[in-house]
Amino acid sequence: MKYMVLIAGPEDAPSSGTPTPERMAAYQRILGWWDEQSKSGKVLEGYELQPSLTATTVRRDEAGNVTVTDGPFVEAKEMVGGYAIIDVADLDEAISLVSGWPSSATLEIRPVVTRD
Amino acid sequence: MAFIRDARDPACGDPGLRERLAAVPSEPRALIDARLAETVREERGRLVASLVRILRDWELAEELVQEALVVALETWPRDGMPRNPGAWLLTTARHRAIDRLRRDARYRERLGIIGEELRDVTSSWSETGGVLAQDDRLRLIFTCCHPALSREAQVALTLRTVAGLETPAVAKAFLVPEATVAQRIVRAKRKIRDAGIPYRVPEAAELPGRLEQVLAVLYLVFNEGYLASAGDAAERRDLARDGAWLASLLVRLMPDEPEAIGLLAMMRLHLARADARFAADGSLVLLPEQDRSTWDHDAIANAHELLERALRMGRIGPYQLQAAIVACHATSASYAGTDWGEVVALYDRLLELTPTPVVALNRALAIAELRGPDEALAALEPLAARLADYHLYHAARGLLLRRLGRIEEARETERRALALTANPAERRLLEERLAAS
Repeated sequence: MKYMVLIAGPEDAPSSGTPTPERMAAYQRILGWWDEQSKSGKVLEGYELQPSLTATTVRRDEAGNVTVTDGPFVEAKEMVGGYAIIDVADLDEAISLVSGWPSSATLEIRPVVTRD
Repeated sequence: MAFIRDARDPACGDPGLRERLAAVPSEPRALIDARLAETVREERGRLVASLVRILRDWELAEELVQEALVVALETWPRDGMPRNPGAWLLTTARHRAIDRLRRDARYRERLGIIGEELRDVTSSWSETGGVLAQDDRLRLIFTCCHPALSREAQVALTLRTVAGLETPAVAKAFLVPEATVAQRIVRAKRKIRDAGIPYRVPEAAELPGRLEQVLAVLYLVFNEGYLASAGDAAERRDLARDGAWLASLLVRLMPDEPEAIGLLAMMRLHLARADARFAADGSLVLLPEQDRSTWDHDAIANAHELLERALRMGRIGPYQLQAAIVACHATSASYAGTDWGEVVALYDRLLELTPTPVVALNRALAIAELRGPDEALAALEPLAARLADYHLYHAARGLLLRRLGRIEEARETERRALALTANPAERRLLEERLAAS
């Protein structure tokens, strides 16, 4: 089954801010995890995102009116900082895979809609 | 189907009581009903569990079982019960399943495999007399209590699917609208299907954490019923017996899990004394004042043996410790004669495993009996902030202050307790204390 994993956390991700040795090490661990899981075929694709201050929200209502605003669509303490598309047997395997994420984070697992 | 709602195990898993029931010759009709009810409760869940595994469709599985039960309840009272009711029901459900699946394009591809698996289960149930052969209920229980479902959904789904309670009964027991329960169940099943929650028993490595979820659900079900007051609806009070039935099922399916046995022993130790908790007028009778001659001492002895069996496995846990504390009370001839040293020692160990303020509060109350109210008050002190809104903290503190003659302070803290609880029996008790002095 394919799932999207949304990776969220407070916006002082290892890749942002002053590159202290701790941050660099944490970033290396994440890259290592990503590499390993991609090779195993469980992570199909994914990206780290630029911080939410770069976000732009476009809203389109039923009449087709479009408004463009600065910022993400929900203001929250934890912001989505990346995503991965994974392919695993079931939710238990997804939970176990995602539990191995090598840094503190909140990860949301959502099955993607597939048409077969 | 009102019959299934009445499908409670009248003996509540207590073999002694079941024998006594079976020995009553004067009520054959009631006896048949009780046996029928027990069979329905037992087989319904087992049938659903196997059909869910084979069909991979919760709705269809439950529909087929419901249909088979309707046929059974029409024919059994007339023709007598089949020797192997489980296999009978399964055969009935199987014929219907094949009919239904043939007409449904979604199953056409898998029809051969499904038919074969259904035949396998049927023959295994018939050959072994059905006893625990191919019992898929562990999968069912672990899936109903999967951590990806909310606790409310876990509870509703377990009661509905494993214990076979009808939705209105679940709603009445939890004092929530029927539509809410129905929606919780529908959503939970949808999540199981669409989010890919697997239908399996967790592997050894994840088992402890997952079993904890199951035990927490069963404990919640039990407590919800046990803490209900005498004036509450019968459905609400019966929930304690449903919880004990589920725990006894879990123990049958996992006989080597000491915490599951500990939980069951604790429930039975409580149930054996349940009648003494309320006076004839429905008012609450606390442990020191309970008439111990009304306790079911046979049931207490059986539950105590069960606990001993768990303790001998050498893997202690919070449920076994709680059961051991309850056992200290249940096996003591009087309140004053309780082995308070043992009770405090057990609370010390429980506090190590589960350092919660409520455990610390109960430990303080045992300390009051062992070393006096002064020391107990000192033990309560550090809990003040965290339990500021917990009525039992204030009620307990009030009692300790009274024993020290500090009546004004006692009244003040009891008034605080009164403001924090809506439970009528507890309110009445506090009001009486405040009125007395």
